[in-house]
Amino acid sequence: MRRLPLSLPRGRGLIIGVPWFWLGLFFLLPFLFVLKISLSEPALAQPPYLDLIREMQDGLVSISINFGNYLLLWEDPLYRGALFGSLQIAAVSTLFCLLLGYPMAYAIARAPNHWRLPLLMLIILPFWTSFLIRVYAWIGILKGNGLLNNFLLWSGLIDQPLEILHTPLAVYIGIVYSYLPFVVLPLYATLVRLDLTLLEAAADLGCRPWKQFLTITLPLSLPGVIAGGMLVFIPVVGEFVIPDLLGGPDTLMIGKLMWTEFFSNKDWPLASSLAAVLLVVLIIPFVALRHFEQRSEEDAA
Amino acid sequence: MKRRFPLLMTALVFGYAFLYGPILSLIVYSFNESRLVTVWAGFSTKWYGELLHNQQLLDAAWLSVKVASMTATLAVVLGTLAALALVRFRRFRGRATLQVMVTAPLVMPEVIIGLSLLLLFVAMQDSIGWPDGRGQLTITLAHTTFAMAYVTVVVQSRLAHMDRSLEEAALDLGARPLKVFFAITLPLIAPALLAGWLLAFTLSLDDLVVASFVSGPGATTLPMVVYSSVRLGVSPEINALATIIVLLVSSAVAIAGVLLYRQEKRAQREQNLG
Repeated sequence: MRRLPLSLPRGRGLIIGVPWFWLGLFFLLPFLFVLKISLSEPALAQPPYLDLIREMQDGLVSISINFGNYLLLWEDPLYRGALFGSLQIAAVSTLFCLLLGYPMAYAIARAPNHWRLPLLMLIILPFWTSFLIRVYAWIGILKGNGLLNNFLLWSGLIDQPLEILHTPLAVYIGIVYSYLPFVVLPLYATLVRLDLTLLEAAADLGCRPWKQFLTITLPLSLPGVIAGGMLVFIPVVGEFVIPDLLGGPDTLMIGKLMWTEFFSNKDWPLASSLAAVLLVVLIIPFVALRHFEQRSEEDAA
Repeated sequence: MKRRFPLLMTALVFGYAFLYGPILSLIVYSFNESRLVTVWAGFSTKWYGELLHNQQLLDAAWLSVKVASMTATLAVVLGTLAALALVRFRRFRGRATLQVMVTAPLVMPEVIIGLSLLLLFVAMQDSIGWPDGRGQLTITLAHTTFAMAYVTVVVQSRLAHMDRSLEEAALDLGARPLKVFFAITLPLIAPALLAGWLLAFTLSLDDLVVASFVSGPGATTLPMVVYSSVRLGVSPEINALATIIVLLVSSAVAIAGVLLYRQEKRAQREQNLG
């Protein structure tokens, strides 16, 4: 097969250059500004910070770098707590997404051929309808006189309404609900490619079903587990809408704190330093995600 | 296998009930007479009527639709270019960076994207005077940036699995590369472009966080109105709005699904004939 000289040389430059330029300008470059503003001092001005590089009256240029924000983040238990709290909430909800998503993906992958596409479509469909509105739906279900409590009271299972809304439990429910499709899809993709003859061979040799699962299915689906897990974990660490609408005042998450610093306290430098810390923390899981994605790309090719 | 079947079925039924229960409850209670959303007081469509008279909400919805259609169109063009670059050119300077730049927005927390873009827009306005002020334009630029990443993923997988013999035949017969692209490649990847457009449109229509950061006074999108009303508590008007959105989106996805399915079938038939 001959290699395609797909485009004119000029075409090649444009095809690569245009998206590169766009993402470089609107995705990469902004991080430099986050870093820069995080090192500046807040001020009552428009925009509300002092520039790092200032020209003095006598023509001298002064550069002032302020590490105070980062020191504050480290020393103040509020911010440290929010960071670790976010990581913990993200880790626990990722685990629950996987526990619920794995059997679903497995069942879809083993379903009759003509059932798979509709079942997958049903997983994807909620992802297309408004995220905000789906989170809002849980307020009506979980609140004191909401649907869940009404049902439980009516059925006689409880005689006092449960307090779920504005607790960490509500945040976990909201996260697992919103991010479930993100684990089911990559898990399905690895499980449907699984070589069934391996399981048959194991069964013929007398291996029990649960042992087949632990020694064959689970290890072989590990790339899907990691990819799905990271697709939940990374965005959830910075989640704002769910802790804000379903969580209470004690649900500290870094995304919500950033929002408050920015919109309520107008402290752009502190919000920027929170963003910079969050970014650094998320680099490791992101590299892990890329690594496994590349491996599955190579497997597919 | 047989013995594990009930367990899998339970997980599947529970999972789908979990995914669709809340949406169903929204729809049912949008027809509730009472303002207390969770107490049933008889069937009524009055909240839909009130929705149509809420001028603030209608203005916001119009702005969101404008931003979303511009975003989707721009994102499809940029995302297709990025996908072509990544699939067709195996080696070029900056390939790894481009690959990271189209993957990262998929998982990057929205608060980081929103804040970083706002700081960029402020700095750009300061130094070159563009974009002048914040509003529809800055929201569109911001949405395009993360939406194009999703389009790239969709188009990339279509391109990677595409049969290239038609392109090769056309080139052998002397067609110019640009002509081959428009006459052969583009129609072949059209379903992915449609899916990518719809995805970018709904992502933009749905975004609260990024828009809140990069918007300015006077530019309020639909999610921003919904959010400020939801913060005050449950409201039957929002339920009615949710029902309309769910119906619109699911019918759009269903229509697109049927179209894609038919095209796929036709392509298979043609291949079998040929």
